[in-house]
Amino acid sequence: MSGLIEQNGLLGGWLMVIGQMLLFTIVLLLSLAFLLLMDRKVWAAVMMRKGPNVVGPFGLLQSFADFGKFLLKEIIIPAGANKTVFLLAPILTLTLAFAAWAAIPVAPGWVISDLNVGILYLFAVSSLGVYGIIMGGWASNSKYPFLGSLRSAAQMVSYEVSIGLIIITVILLAGSMNLSDIVNNQKGGFWTWHALSFNHILLFPVMLAMFVMFFVSALAETNRPPFDLPEAESELVAGYQVEYSSTPYLLFMIGEYLNIVLMCAMMTILFLGGWHGPVPLGADFVNQFPVWMVNLGHLAWFMAKIVFFFFLFALTKAVVPRYRYDQLMRLGWKIFLPTALGAVVLVGGYVVYSGVQV
Amino acid sequence: MELIAFYIFAAIITVSAMAVIAARNPVHSVLWLILCFFTAAGLLVLIGAEFLAMLLVVVYVGAVAVLFLFVVMMLDVDFVELKQGTLQYWPFAGLVGLAFIAEIAIASFARESSGRDVFNPAPGAATNAEAIGAVMYTDYFLLFQLAGLILLVAMIGAIVLTLRHRPDIKRQNIARQTARRRADATSRVSVEPGKGL
Repeated sequence: MSGLIEQNGLLGGWLMVIGQMLLFTIVLLLSLAFLLLMDRKVWAAVMMRKGPNVVGPFGLLQSFADFGKFLLKEIIIPAGANKTVFLLAPILTLTLAFAAWAAIPVAPGWVISDLNVGILYLFAVSSLGVYGIIMGGWASNSKYPFLGSLRSAAQMVSYEVSIGLIIITVILLAGSMNLSDIVNNQKGGFWTWHALSFNHILLFPVMLAMFVMFFVSALAETNRPPFDLPEAESELVAGYQVEYSSTPYLLFMIGEYLNIVLMCAMMTILFLGGWHGPVPLGADFVNQFPVWMVNLGHLAWFMAKIVFFFFLFALTKAVVPRYRYDQLMRLGWKIFLPTALGAVVLVGGYVVYSGVQV
Repeated sequence: MELIAFYIFAAIITVSAMAVIAARNPVHSVLWLILCFFTAAGLLVLIGAEFLAMLLVVVYVGAVAVLFLFVVMMLDVDFVELKQGTLQYWPFAGLVGLAFIAEIAIASFARESSGRDVFNPAPGAATNAEAIGAVMYTDYFLLFQLAGLILLVAMIGAIVLTLRHRPDIKRQNIARQTARRRADATSRVSVEPGKGL
Protein backbone atom coordinates (compact mmCIF):
# COMPACT_ATOMS: atom_id res chain seq x y z
CA MET A 1 0.00 0.00 0.00
CA SER A 2 2.74 2.46 0.95
CA GLY A 3 4.67 1.28 -2.14
CA LEU A 4 1.78 2.26 -4.36
CA ILE A 5 1.62 5.71 -2.78
CA GLU A 6 5.36 6.22 -3.36
CA GLN A 7 5.12 5.14 -7.01
CA ASN A 8 2.02 7.03 -8.06
CA GLY A 9 2.01 10.13 -5.89
CA LEU A 10 -0.32 10.78 -2.98
CA LEU A 11 -3.57 11.14 -4.88
CA GLY A 12 -2.89 8.49 -7.55
CA GLY A 13 -1.61 6.06 -4.90
CA TRP A 14 -4.69 6.45 -2.74
CA LEU A 15 -6.93 6.04 -5.77
CA MET A 16 -5.05 2.86 -6.69
CA VAL A 17 -5.45 1.50 -3.14
CA ILE A 18 -9.17 2.27 -3.07
CA GLY A 19 -9.56 0.81 -6.56
CA GLN A 20 -7.86 -2.40 -5.47
CA MET A 21 -10.12 -2.70 -2.45
CA LEU A 22 -13.25 -2.08 -4.51
CA LEU A 23 -12.21 -4.61 -7.15
CA PHE A 24 -11.39 -7.21 -4.50
CA THR A 25 -14.69 -6.64 -2.68
CA ILE A 26 -16.79 -6.86 -5.83
CA VAL A 27 -15.06 -10.02 -7.09
CA LEU A 28 -15.38 -11.56 -3.64
CA LEU A 29 -19.09 -10.78 -3.31
CA LEU A 30 -19.89 -11.97 -6.84
CA SER A 31 -18.06 -15.25 -6.36
CA LEU A 32 -19.73 -15.62 -2.97
CA ALA A 33 -23.15 -15.47 -4.68
CA PHE A 34 -22.24 -18.47 -6.81
CA LEU A 35 -20.49 -20.32 -3.97
CA LEU A 36 -23.71 -19.99 -1.95
CA LEU A 37 -25.59 -21.56 -4.83
CA MET A 38 -22.94 -24.30 -5.04
CA ASP A 39 -23.40 -25.02 -1.34
CA ARG A 40 -27.12 -25.55 -1.85
CA LYS A 41 -26.65 -27.51 -5.07
CA VAL A 42 -24.16 -29.94 -3.51
CA TRP A 43 -26.42 -30.39 -0.53
CA ALA A 44 -29.34 -31.05 -2.85
CA ALA A 45 -27.35 -33.48 -4.99
CA VAL A 46 -26.43 -35.58 -1.95
CA MET A 47 -30.12 -35.76 -1.04
CA MET A 48 -31.03 -36.52 -4.70
CA ARG A 49 -32.97 -33.27 -5.02
CA LYS A 50 -32.52 -30.70 -7.75
CA GLY A 51 -31.84 -27.72 -5.52
CA PRO A 52 -32.62 -24.17 -6.63
CA ASN A 53 -33.33 -24.34 -10.37
CA VAL A 54 -36.00 -21.76 -11.13
CA VAL A 55 -34.31 -18.34 -11.16
CA GLY A 56 -32.12 -18.14 -14.26
CA PRO A 57 -30.55 -21.09 -16.09
CA PHE A 58 -29.80 -23.92 -13.57
CA GLY A 59 -30.85 -21.50 -10.83
CA LEU A 60 -27.68 -19.45 -11.36
CA LEU A 61 -29.37 -16.22 -10.34
CA GLN A 62 -30.95 -17.66 -7.17
CA SER A 63 -28.54 -15.84 -4.83
CA PHE A 64 -29.33 -12.51 -6.46
CA ALA A 65 -33.05 -13.11 -6.08
CA ASP A 66 -32.50 -13.96 -2.40
CA PHE A 67 -30.43 -10.82 -2.02
CA GLY A 68 -33.27 -8.68 -3.36
CA LYS A 69 -35.74 -10.45 -1.12
CA PHE A 70 -33.66 -9.83 2.01
CA LEU A 71 -33.19 -6.16 1.16
CA LEU A 72 -36.89 -5.50 0.63
CA LYS A 73 -38.17 -7.10 3.83
CA GLU A 74 -38.90 -5.25 7.02
CA ILE A 75 -36.24 -5.03 9.71
CA ILE A 76 -37.83 -6.26 12.92
CA ILE A 77 -36.18 -5.24 16.16
CA PRO A 78 -37.55 -7.05 19.23
CA ALA A 79 -39.06 -4.76 21.85
CA GLY A 80 -36.71 -5.91 24.60
CA ALA A 81 -33.62 -5.83 22.42
CA ASN A 82 -30.65 -3.61 23.01
CA LYS A 83 -31.04 -1.71 19.77
CA THR A 84 -27.52 -0.38 19.22
CA VAL A 85 -25.76 -3.63 19.98
CA PHE A 86 -28.42 -5.58 18.10
CA LEU A 87 -27.69 -3.68 14.89
CA LEU A 88 -23.96 -3.39 15.55
CA ALA A 89 -23.46 -7.16 15.73
CA PRO A 90 -24.16 -8.08 12.07
CA ILE A 91 -22.23 -5.02 10.85
CA LEU A 92 -19.25 -6.08 12.97
CA THR A 93 -19.43 -9.64 11.64
CA LEU A 94 -19.42 -8.46 8.03
CA THR A 95 -16.68 -5.83 8.55
CA LEU A 96 -14.35 -8.30 10.22
CA ALA A 97 -15.01 -10.93 7.56
CA PHE A 98 -14.00 -8.42 4.89
CA ALA A 99 -11.06 -7.02 6.86
CA ALA A 100 -9.36 -10.40 6.99
CA TRP A 101 -9.22 -10.59 3.19
CA ALA A 102 -6.91 -7.56 3.03
CA ALA A 103 -3.93 -9.77 3.85
CA ILE A 104 -4.71 -12.69 1.51
CA PRO A 105 -2.30 -12.93 -1.45
CA VAL A 106 -4.19 -14.28 -4.48
CA ALA A 107 -1.26 -14.29 -6.94
CA PRO A 108 2.42 -13.20 -6.76
CA GLY A 109 2.29 -9.57 -5.62
CA TRP A 110 -1.49 -9.40 -5.88
CA VAL A 111 -2.34 -8.55 -2.32
CA ILE A 112 -3.81 -5.43 -0.78
CA SER A 113 -1.48 -5.40 2.23
CA ASP A 114 1.57 -7.69 2.30
CA LEU A 115 1.98 -7.76 6.08
CA ASN A 116 5.07 -9.20 7.78
CA VAL A 117 2.79 -10.76 10.38
CA GLY A 118 0.11 -11.68 7.84
CA ILE A 119 -0.78 -15.05 9.32
CA LEU A 120 -1.08 -13.54 12.82
CA TYR A 121 -3.30 -10.82 11.40
CA LEU A 122 -5.59 -13.44 9.87
CA PHE A 123 -5.65 -15.36 13.16
CA ALA A 124 -6.39 -12.19 15.12
CA VAL A 125 -9.20 -11.01 12.87
CA SER A 126 -10.82 -14.42 12.64
CA SER A 127 -10.69 -14.71 16.43
CA LEU A 128 -12.64 -11.45 16.64
CA GLY A 129 -15.48 -12.99 14.63
CA VAL A 130 -16.93 -14.44 17.82
CA TYR A 131 -17.96 -10.95 19.00
CA GLY A 132 -20.56 -10.57 16.29
CA ILE A 133 -22.21 -13.77 17.47
CA ILE A 134 -22.01 -13.02 21.20
CA MET A 135 -23.27 -9.46 20.76
CA GLY A 136 -26.08 -10.60 18.50
CA GLY A 137 -27.12 -13.33 20.91
CA TRP A 138 -27.05 -11.11 23.97
CA ALA A 139 -28.70 -8.06 22.40
CA SER A 140 -31.64 -10.10 21.12
CA ASN A 141 -32.76 -10.50 24.77
CA SER A 142 -34.22 -13.89 24.08
CA LYS A 143 -33.49 -17.44 25.29
CA TYR A 144 -32.43 -19.31 22.17
CA PRO A 145 -30.11 -16.61 20.79
CA PHE A 146 -28.45 -16.29 24.20
CA LEU A 147 -27.84 -20.01 24.53
CA GLY A 148 -26.59 -20.14 20.96
CA SER A 149 -24.15 -17.32 21.52
CA LEU A 150 -22.82 -18.91 24.72
CA ARG A 151 -22.25 -22.16 22.89
CA SER A 152 -20.52 -20.49 20.01
CA ALA A 153 -18.26 -18.43 22.28
CA ALA A 154 -16.99 -21.54 24.07
CA GLN A 155 -16.69 -23.47 20.82
CA MET A 156 -14.78 -20.84 18.87
CA VAL A 157 -12.38 -20.05 21.70
CA SER A 158 -11.66 -23.78 22.11
CA TYR A 159 -10.91 -24.46 18.48
CA GLU A 160 -8.84 -21.30 18.07
CA VAL A 161 -6.28 -22.94 20.35
CA SER A 162 -5.74 -25.90 18.06
CA ILE A 163 -5.84 -23.70 14.94
CA GLY A 164 -3.14 -21.50 16.46
CA LEU A 165 -0.89 -24.46 17.22
CA ILE A 166 -1.38 -25.91 13.73
CA ILE A 167 -0.49 -22.54 12.23
CA ILE A 168 2.71 -22.59 14.32
CA THR A 169 3.83 -25.85 12.65
CA VAL A 170 3.44 -24.20 9.24
CA ILE A 171 5.25 -21.06 10.39
CA LEU A 172 8.13 -23.25 11.64
CA LEU A 173 8.38 -25.04 8.28
CA ALA A 174 8.21 -21.84 6.24
CA GLY A 175 10.35 -19.78 8.62
CA SER A 176 8.17 -16.72 8.11
CA MET A 177 4.84 -15.24 9.14
CA ASN A 178 4.43 -13.49 5.79
CA LEU A 179 1.74 -15.22 3.75
CA SER A 180 3.57 -14.71 0.44
CA ASP A 181 6.70 -16.31 1.93
CA ILE A 182 4.66 -19.24 3.21
CA VAL A 183 3.20 -19.77 -0.28
CA ASN A 184 6.60 -19.47 -1.95
CA ASN A 185 8.01 -22.07 0.43
CA GLN A 186 5.74 -24.55 -1.41
CA LYS A 187 6.49 -23.51 -4.98
CA GLY A 188 8.24 -26.72 -6.11
CA GLY A 189 5.10 -28.65 -7.08
CA PHE A 190 2.56 -30.67 -5.16
CA TRP A 191 5.22 -32.76 -3.38
CA THR A 192 6.47 -29.65 -1.59
CA TRP A 193 3.02 -28.53 -0.47
CA HIS A 194 2.85 -28.45 3.31
CA ALA A 195 -0.09 -30.85 3.35
CA LEU A 196 2.14 -33.54 1.83
CA SER A 197 5.69 -32.20 2.33
CA PHE A 198 7.39 -35.10 0.53
CA ASN A 199 10.58 -33.03 0.48
CA HIS A 200 10.68 -33.46 4.26
CA ILE A 201 9.57 -37.06 4.15
CA LEU A 202 9.88 -37.55 7.93
CA LEU A 203 7.28 -34.86 8.44
CA PHE A 204 4.83 -36.31 5.93
CA PRO A 205 2.55 -38.03 8.48
CA VAL A 206 2.72 -35.07 10.86
CA MET A 207 1.81 -32.43 8.31
CA LEU A 208 -0.90 -34.55 6.74
CA ALA A 209 -2.45 -34.97 10.17
CA MET A 210 -2.16 -31.22 10.78
CA PHE A 211 -3.89 -30.56 7.45
CA VAL A 212 -6.84 -32.79 8.34
CA MET A 213 -7.03 -31.29 11.84
CA PHE A 214 -7.01 -27.79 10.41
CA PHE A 215 -9.90 -28.71 8.17
CA VAL A 216 -11.92 -30.08 11.08
CA SER A 217 -11.04 -27.11 13.29
CA ALA A 218 -12.05 -24.76 10.47
CA LEU A 219 -15.44 -26.46 10.39
CA ALA A 220 -15.82 -25.84 14.13
CA GLU A 221 -14.47 -22.30 13.95
CA THR A 222 -16.95 -21.27 11.27
CA ASN A 223 -19.88 -23.03 12.99
CA ARG A 224 -20.41 -25.32 10.05
CA PRO A 225 -22.02 -28.74 10.32
CA PRO A 226 -21.19 -31.15 11.97
CA PHE A 227 -20.25 -28.50 14.55
CA ASP A 228 -23.11 -26.06 13.97
CA LEU A 229 -24.32 -26.29 17.57
CA PRO A 230 -24.70 -22.49 17.96
CA GLU A 231 -27.53 -22.63 15.42
CA ALA A 232 -28.65 -26.21 15.83
CA GLU A 233 -32.19 -25.95 14.52
CA SER A 234 -33.49 -28.99 16.36
CA GLU A 235 -32.47 -27.57 19.75
CA LEU A 236 -32.11 -23.79 19.43
CA VAL A 237 -34.30 -23.00 16.38
CA ALA A 238 -31.55 -20.96 14.71
CA GLY A 239 -29.34 -20.00 17.64
CA TYR A 240 -28.08 -16.44 17.73
CA GLN A 241 -29.90 -15.56 14.48
CA VAL A 242 -33.44 -16.25 15.72
CA GLU A 243 -34.45 -12.61 16.15
CA TYR A 244 -32.74 -11.34 13.02
CA SER A 245 -34.61 -10.62 9.84
CA SER A 246 -34.10 -8.81 6.57
CA THR A 247 -30.81 -6.95 5.99
CA PRO A 248 -29.21 -7.61 9.41
CA TYR A 249 -29.73 -11.32 8.83
CA LEU A 250 -28.28 -10.97 5.35
CA LEU A 251 -25.18 -9.30 6.80
CA PHE A 252 -24.79 -12.16 9.29
CA MET A 253 -25.13 -14.72 6.52
CA ILE A 254 -22.68 -13.01 4.16
CA GLY A 255 -20.21 -12.61 7.01
CA GLU A 256 -20.51 -16.26 7.92
CA TYR A 257 -19.98 -17.44 4.36
CA LEU A 258 -17.09 -15.00 3.87
CA ASN A 259 -15.47 -16.55 6.94
CA ILE A 260 -15.94 -20.00 5.46
CA VAL A 261 -14.32 -18.93 2.19
CA LEU A 262 -11.58 -17.26 4.23
CA MET A 263 -10.88 -20.54 5.99
CA CYS A 264 -10.73 -22.23 2.56
CA ALA A 265 -8.23 -19.58 1.45
CA MET A 266 -6.19 -20.08 4.63
CA MET A 267 -6.03 -23.83 4.04
CA THR A 268 -4.99 -23.18 0.45
CA ILE A 269 -2.22 -20.83 1.52
CA LEU A 270 -0.98 -22.80 4.51
CA PHE A 271 -1.19 -26.35 3.20
CA LEU A 272 -1.95 -26.53 -0.51
CA GLY A 273 0.61 -24.27 -2.12
CA GLY A 274 -1.53 -21.14 -2.52
CA TRP A 275 -1.35 -19.89 -6.07
CA HIS A 276 1.16 -22.50 -7.28
CA GLY A 277 0.02 -25.23 -9.62
CA PRO A 278 0.64 -28.88 -8.76
CA VAL A 279 3.47 -29.22 -11.30
CA PRO A 280 5.99 -26.40 -11.86
CA LEU A 281 6.12 -25.37 -15.51
CA GLY A 282 9.68 -24.07 -15.42
CA ALA A 283 10.93 -20.49 -15.71
CA ASP A 284 11.66 -20.76 -19.46
CA PHE A 285 8.09 -21.64 -20.29
CA VAL A 286 6.54 -19.13 -17.89
CA ASN A 287 8.70 -16.22 -19.07
CA GLN A 288 7.24 -16.40 -22.58
CA PHE A 289 4.03 -14.86 -21.29
CA PRO A 290 3.43 -11.35 -19.97
CA VAL A 291 3.36 -11.05 -16.19
CA TRP A 292 -0.35 -10.31 -15.92
CA MET A 293 -1.18 -13.47 -17.86
CA VAL A 294 1.01 -15.61 -15.59
CA ASN A 295 -0.60 -14.00 -12.57
CA LEU A 296 -4.06 -14.73 -13.93
CA GLY A 297 -3.02 -18.36 -14.23
CA HIS A 298 -1.86 -18.30 -10.60
CA LEU A 299 -5.15 -16.67 -9.60
CA ALA A 300 -7.03 -19.44 -11.39
CA TRP A 301 -5.16 -22.09 -9.38
CA PHE A 302 -5.82 -20.22 -6.17
CA MET A 303 -9.53 -19.97 -6.88
CA ALA A 304 -9.74 -23.58 -8.00
CA LYS A 305 -8.27 -24.71 -4.68
CA ILE A 306 -10.68 -22.51 -2.74
CA VAL A 307 -13.61 -23.97 -4.68
CA PHE A 308 -12.28 -27.47 -3.94
CA PHE A 309 -12.22 -26.77 -0.21
CA PHE A 310 -15.63 -25.14 -0.36
CA PHE A 311 -16.91 -28.29 -2.05
CA LEU A 312 -15.50 -30.31 0.86
CA PHE A 313 -17.27 -27.97 3.31
CA ALA A 314 -20.55 -28.40 1.44
CA LEU A 315 -20.13 -32.16 1.25
CA THR A 316 -19.38 -32.39 4.97
CA LYS A 317 -22.54 -30.43 5.71
CA ALA A 318 -24.54 -32.91 3.68
CA VAL A 319 -23.14 -36.23 4.87
CA VAL A 320 -22.04 -35.88 8.51
CA PRO A 321 -24.48 -35.89 11.45
CA ARG A 322 -24.24 -33.19 14.11
CA TYR A 323 -21.92 -33.66 17.08
CA ARG A 324 -23.10 -33.50 20.65
CA TYR A 325 -21.73 -30.57 22.61
CA ASP A 326 -19.61 -32.58 25.06
CA GLN A 327 -18.20 -34.60 22.17
CA LEU A 328 -17.25 -31.37 20.46
CA MET A 329 -15.41 -30.11 23.53
CA ARG A 330 -13.73 -33.47 24.04
CA LEU A 331 -12.48 -33.46 20.45
CA GLY A 332 -11.13 -29.94 20.75
CA TRP A 333 -9.42 -30.11 24.13
CA LYS A 334 -8.55 -33.76 24.63
CA ILE A 335 -7.57 -34.82 21.12
CA PHE A 336 -6.71 -31.84 18.93
CA LEU A 337 -4.86 -29.76 21.51
CA PRO A 338 -2.39 -32.49 22.65
CA THR A 339 -1.88 -33.74 19.10
CA ALA A 340 -1.17 -30.25 17.77
CA LEU A 341 1.18 -29.55 20.69
CA GLY A 342 3.07 -32.77 19.96
CA ALA A 343 3.26 -31.82 16.29
CA VAL A 344 4.74 -28.42 17.17
CA VAL A 345 7.46 -30.21 19.17
CA LEU A 346 8.13 -32.68 16.32
CA VAL A 347 8.25 -30.07 13.57
CA GLY A 348 10.35 -27.74 15.76
CA GLY A 349 12.83 -30.54 16.46
CA TYR A 350 12.99 -31.48 12.79
CA VAL A 351 13.53 -27.88 11.69
CA VAL A 352 16.35 -27.39 14.19
CA TYR A 353 18.18 -30.68 13.66
CA SER A 354 17.80 -31.07 9.91
CA GLY A 355 18.89 -27.50 9.21
CA VAL A 356 15.87 -26.57 7.07
CA GLN A 357 15.79 -23.05 8.43
CA VAL A 358 18.30 -20.93 10.21
CA MET B 1 -0.08 11.62 8.70
CA GLU B 2 1.25 9.51 11.54
CA LEU B 3 0.49 12.29 13.99
CA ILE B 4 -3.11 12.58 12.81
CA ALA B 5 -3.55 8.81 13.17
CA PHE B 6 -2.02 8.96 16.65
CA TYR B 7 -4.37 11.68 17.83
CA ILE B 8 -7.38 9.85 16.40
CA PHE B 9 -6.37 6.63 18.17
CA ALA B 10 -5.52 8.47 21.39
CA ALA B 11 -8.88 10.23 21.39
CA ILE B 12 -10.72 6.95 20.82
CA ILE B 13 -8.78 5.25 23.62
CA THR B 14 -9.48 8.05 26.07
CA VAL B 15 -13.17 8.24 25.25
CA SER B 16 -13.67 4.47 25.34
CA ALA B 17 -11.73 4.15 28.61
CA MET B 18 -14.01 6.77 30.16
CA ALA B 19 -17.04 4.99 28.75
CA VAL B 20 -15.92 1.72 30.39
CA ILE B 21 -16.45 3.38 33.76
CA ALA B 22 -19.39 5.55 32.80
CA ALA B 23 -21.53 2.97 30.99
CA ARG B 24 -24.56 1.88 33.01
CA ASN B 25 -24.83 -1.52 31.42
CA PRO B 26 -21.86 -3.78 32.32
CA VAL B 27 -21.98 -5.51 28.94
CA HIS B 28 -21.58 -2.12 27.29
CA SER B 29 -18.62 -1.52 29.60
CA VAL B 30 -16.92 -4.66 28.34
CA LEU B 31 -17.63 -3.71 24.73
CA TRP B 32 -16.00 -0.32 25.32
CA LEU B 33 -13.06 -2.08 26.94
CA ILE B 34 -12.69 -4.20 23.80
CA LEU B 35 -12.64 -1.06 21.66
CA CYS B 36 -9.98 0.32 24.00
CA PHE B 37 -7.79 -2.82 23.61
CA PHE B 38 -8.24 -2.78 19.88
CA THR B 39 -7.25 0.86 19.53
CA ALA B 40 -4.20 0.22 21.72
CA ALA B 41 -3.20 -2.42 19.16
CA GLY B 42 -3.58 0.28 16.52
CA LEU B 43 -1.14 2.48 18.46
CA LEU B 44 1.37 -0.38 18.58
CA VAL B 45 1.11 -0.79 14.80
CA LEU B 46 1.74 2.94 14.50
CA ILE B 47 5.15 2.68 16.22
CA GLY B 48 6.08 -0.36 14.12
CA ALA B 49 5.58 -3.06 16.76
CA GLU B 50 3.15 -5.04 14.62
CA PHE B 51 3.93 -8.38 16.29
CA LEU B 52 2.99 -7.04 19.72
CA ALA B 53 -0.13 -5.47 18.23
CA MET B 54 -1.29 -8.78 16.78
CA LEU B 55 -0.56 -10.57 20.06
CA LEU B 56 -2.60 -7.97 21.92
CA VAL B 57 -5.54 -8.56 19.59
CA VAL B 58 -5.25 -12.37 19.69
CA VAL B 59 -4.76 -12.72 23.44
CA TYR B 60 -6.66 -9.82 25.00
CA VAL B 61 -9.38 -9.08 22.49
CA GLY B 62 -9.77 -12.57 21.05
CA ALA B 63 -9.66 -14.60 24.25
CA VAL B 64 -9.56 -12.68 27.55
CA ALA B 65 -12.26 -10.14 26.69
CA VAL B 66 -14.46 -12.91 25.31
CA LEU B 67 -14.35 -14.57 28.73
CA PHE B 68 -15.05 -11.23 30.42
CA LEU B 69 -18.07 -10.76 28.21
CA PHE B 70 -19.09 -14.35 28.83
CA VAL B 71 -19.05 -13.90 32.61
CA VAL B 72 -20.66 -10.46 32.65
CA MET B 73 -23.45 -11.63 30.36
CA MET B 74 -24.21 -14.59 32.59
CA LEU B 75 -24.18 -12.65 35.86
CA ASP B 76 -27.57 -11.63 37.07
CA VAL B 77 -26.70 -8.75 39.37
CA ASP B 78 -28.90 -5.81 40.23
CA PHE B 79 -26.53 -3.07 39.16
CA VAL B 80 -28.63 -0.21 40.41
CA GLU B 81 -28.30 -1.60 43.92
CA LEU B 82 -24.63 -2.30 43.41
CA LYS B 83 -23.90 1.23 42.31
CA GLN B 84 -25.66 2.95 45.20
CA GLY B 85 -22.69 2.85 47.54
CA THR B 86 -20.14 3.77 44.89
CA LEU B 87 -19.96 7.44 45.74
CA GLN B 88 -18.49 6.88 49.19
CA TYR B 89 -15.33 5.47 47.58
CA TRP B 90 -14.67 8.69 45.66
CA PRO B 91 -11.73 9.90 47.81
CA PHE B 92 -9.93 6.57 47.51
CA ALA B 93 -10.57 6.32 43.74
CA GLY B 94 -9.36 9.88 43.30
CA LEU B 95 -6.18 9.05 45.20
CA VAL B 96 -5.48 6.04 42.98
CA GLY B 97 -6.11 8.14 39.87
CA LEU B 98 -3.76 10.85 41.12
CA ALA B 99 -1.05 8.27 41.77
CA PHE B 100 -1.39 6.97 38.21
CA ILE B 101 -1.21 10.44 36.69
CA ALA B 102 1.82 11.29 38.82
CA GLU B 103 3.62 8.09 37.80
CA ILE B 104 3.00 8.67 34.10
CA ALA B 105 4.13 12.28 34.43
CA ILE B 106 7.34 11.27 36.21
CA ALA B 107 8.07 8.56 33.64
CA SER B 108 7.55 10.86 30.67
CA PHE B 109 9.65 13.68 32.21
CA ALA B 110 12.45 11.21 32.92
CA ARG B 111 12.27 10.00 29.35
CA GLU B 112 12.37 13.53 27.96
CA SER B 113 15.40 14.45 30.01
CA SER B 114 17.29 11.25 29.14
CA GLY B 115 17.26 12.29 25.47
CA ARG B 116 16.56 8.77 24.17
CA ASP B 117 13.42 9.75 22.30
CA VAL B 118 14.07 7.76 19.11
CA PHE B 119 12.10 4.58 19.46
CA ASN B 120 13.24 1.49 17.56
CA PRO B 121 10.69 -1.34 17.57
CA ALA B 122 13.13 -3.91 16.12
CA PRO B 123 16.68 -3.23 17.34
CA GLY B 124 19.26 -5.34 15.51
CA ALA B 125 16.76 -7.54 13.65
CA ALA B 126 14.68 -7.47 10.50
CA THR B 127 11.28 -7.70 12.12
CA ASN B 128 9.66 -7.02 15.44
CA ALA B 129 8.99 -10.74 16.03
CA GLU B 130 12.66 -11.67 15.49
CA ALA B 131 13.84 -8.91 17.83
CA ILE B 132 11.52 -10.09 20.62
CA GLY B 133 12.48 -13.72 20.08
CA ALA B 134 16.20 -12.92 20.10
CA VAL B 135 15.92 -11.22 23.48
CA MET B 136 13.36 -13.51 25.06
CA TYR B 137 15.10 -16.80 24.35
CA THR B 138 18.63 -15.65 25.20
CA ASP B 139 18.97 -12.85 27.77
CA TYR B 140 15.69 -13.42 29.55
CA PHE B 141 15.46 -17.17 29.01
CA LEU B 142 15.21 -18.02 32.71
CA LEU B 143 12.59 -15.37 33.43
CA PHE B 144 10.60 -16.51 30.43
CA GLN B 145 10.65 -20.12 31.62
CA LEU B 146 9.72 -19.03 35.15
CA ALA B 147 6.77 -17.05 33.84
CA GLY B 148 5.64 -20.11 31.91
CA LEU B 149 5.98 -22.27 35.01
CA ILE B 150 3.94 -19.84 37.11
CA LEU B 151 1.21 -19.81 34.49
CA LEU B 152 1.21 -23.62 34.43
CA VAL B 153 0.88 -23.76 38.21
CA ALA B 154 -1.94 -21.22 38.08
CA MET B 155 -3.71 -23.26 35.42
CA ILE B 156 -3.41 -26.50 37.34
CA GLY B 157 -4.52 -24.72 40.50
CA ALA B 158 -7.63 -23.40 38.79
CA ILE B 159 -8.46 -26.85 37.46
CA VAL B 160 -7.93 -28.49 40.86
CA LEU B 161 -10.15 -25.90 42.55
CA THR B 162 -13.04 -26.23 40.13
CA LEU B 163 -12.92 -29.85 39.04
CA ARG B 164 -15.23 -32.13 40.95
CA HIS B 165 -16.16 -35.60 39.96
CA ARG B 166 -19.80 -36.35 40.42
CA PRO B 167 -20.38 -40.04 40.84
CA ASP B 168 -24.14 -39.71 40.39
CA ILE B 169 -24.07 -38.78 36.69
CA LYS B 170 -23.50 -41.11 33.79
CA ARG B 171 -20.35 -40.54 31.82
CA GLN B 172 -19.40 -41.73 28.40
CA ASN B 173 -16.30 -43.92 28.07
CA ILE B 174 -15.54 -43.64 24.39
CA ALA B 175 -12.83 -46.31 24.40
CA ARG B 176 -15.14 -48.81 26.08
CA GLN B 177 -17.93 -47.96 23.68
CA THR B 178 -15.88 -48.51 20.57
CA ALA B 179 -14.29 -51.67 21.99
CA ARG B 180 -17.73 -53.20 22.57
CA ARG B 181 -18.49 -56.10 20.25
CA ARG B 182 -21.68 -57.89 19.44
CA ALA B 183 -20.72 -60.96 21.45
CA ASP B 184 -20.34 -58.83 24.62
CA ALA B 185 -23.83 -57.48 24.45
CA THR B 186 -26.02 -60.16 22.93
CA SER B 187 -26.45 -63.86 23.37
CA ARG B 188 -28.52 -66.35 21.50
CA VAL B 189 -30.99 -68.37 23.52
CA SER B 190 -33.22 -71.00 22.14
CA VAL B 191 -36.51 -70.82 23.96
CA GLU B 192 -38.75 -73.81 24.09
CA PRO B 193 -42.42 -73.16 23.30
CA GLY B 194 -44.61 -72.45 26.29
CA LYS B 195 -41.76 -72.13 28.79
CA GLY B 196 -40.25 -68.73 28.48
CA LEU B 197 -36.85 -67.88 29.76
